Amino acid sequence: MIKLTTPFSEDKIRALKVGDAVEITGTMFTGRDAVHKYLAKGGALPDGVSLRDGIIYHCGPVVLKEEGGWRVVAAGPTTSIREEPYQAGIIKQFGLRGVIGKGGMGDRTLDACRENGCVYFHAIGGAAQVLAECIKSVRNVYFLEKFGSPEAIWEFEVEDFPVVVTMDSNGNSLHREVFAASQAELAKRV
Amino acid sequence: MNDLLNSLIELIRRTSAEIPDDVQQAILASLEQEKKGTIAQSALQIIQRNIEMARQKSQPICQDTGSVLFYVDCPKGFDQIAFGEAAREAVRQATKKGYLRQNSVDSITGANDGTNVGPGAPTLHFHQHNSPEVRVRLILKGGGCENVGAQYSLPVEKLKADRDLDGCRKVVLDAVLQAQGKGCGPGVLGVCIGGDRATGYGLSKEQLLRTLPDRNPNPALDSLEQDILKTANELGIGPMGFGGKTTLLGVKIGAVNRVPASYFVSVSYMCWAFRRQGVMLDTTGRIERWLY
Repeated sequence: MIKLTTPFSEDKIRALKVGDAVEITGTMFTGRDAVHKYLAKGGALPDGVSLRDGIIYHCGPVVLKEEGGWRVVAAGPTTSIREEPYQAGIIKQFGLRGVIGKGGMGDRTLDACRENGCVYFHAIGGAAQVLAECIKSVRNVYFLEKFGSPEAIWEFEVEDFPVVVTMDSNGNSLHREVFAASQAELAKRV
Repeated sequence: MNDLLNSLIELIRRTSAEIPDDVQQAILASLEQEKKGTIAQSALQIIQRNIEMARQKSQPICQDTGSVLFYVDCPKGFDQIAFGEAAREAVRQATKKGYLRQNSVDSITGANDGTNVGPGAPTLHFHQHNSPEVRVRLILKGGGCENVGAQYSLPVEKLKADRDLDGCRKVVLDAVLQAQGKGCGPGVLGVCIGGDRATGYGLSKEQLLRTLPDRNPNPALDSLEQDILKTANELGIGPMGFGGKTTLLGVKIGAVNRVPASYFVSVSYMCWAFRRQGVMLDTTGRIERWLY
């Protein structure tokens, strides 16, 4: 188990390999379909959001407004592949070191990870309670009115958030490997 | 109205926060199967812990509480309009309590008003029957798994799938291959052979109302279900697509007639967080018993 704290250094990220189990502590910003398209089309990050050496978490949480703040009720990952058209550009432009999601991403993102020193961290899909428990506080929310709750940028402080590296910064992707292997197994059986 | 409303809110709460028994059994069985020390095993361990936490906290198993699909079996003369109003109000209130995510987006403007109710949301299917019983079943079907469903129009040349059950087998397995881990496997397939593009997909989801251990009364379909399940689990896709022994927990196939020109195979992929529950209601709208 590798423990990492944000902000991430390039060295620490480049040392990670596919299959590594990691626990993340620090700050993460959520961002999914609406935010990715907005940034890719030239939209500016709101004041207070910094992605440099940090993480974007593909997630639309369930968050309830409470006395003095917010309570995260459920916060598992959404399927990342939808952001494939935008992710590489965003990694490069904003200096991201980690993308958290599920289901993996494609070759353009894998190349951007290699070029920029970034990795893809796979969180367990549907583990909304386990992951919500790792979110110790909601520091802020941005674009809530503009994009609605699931698509807003939520700023989370997390502790020991469990993920697995499935795409590293050296051109390796577990998703590509498993696809090729399963395709070969299927070919023998049809 | 109040009893019905409260029953529907409770149905939503329990569907969202508690995995049904048959799915829990299947997940525990696959946890036993996975090789120790693999990330597939650790994924299933986290899934199991998540199931327990959700039940204990009465909070959503998964944050994507999905499309809210009601299936109502009702007698002649049942007031569907009143039921629809109660169902929509139950969704609004369940959303305020956090049992459901604010999940309904205007497709033209992109606006999400946070109520979770709008055109097409929730979905209500009514089936009238020759019985006084009122059965309300609910599936919360997440968007991630919905996105890896597929509809094939046979023949499919590149898959060498002709218009026969072997062709059906090939396209269903192709859907599993293409899905990889994106549907949050280990998943469950609902399949419909036949129909048109709309009824095919609709009926494929109704196959998800069956319990995991049940067997298809049609021998040809039963054999196909068992074969596809076994073969899918030999592909090595595994939980979350991490590689592993369990890719699917079940395969449920139905068939309806088709027009000669069309031969659709519609595949609905349901994630491991298989939120499916139901209640039998008495005449006042109170819950008489749970169906799963």
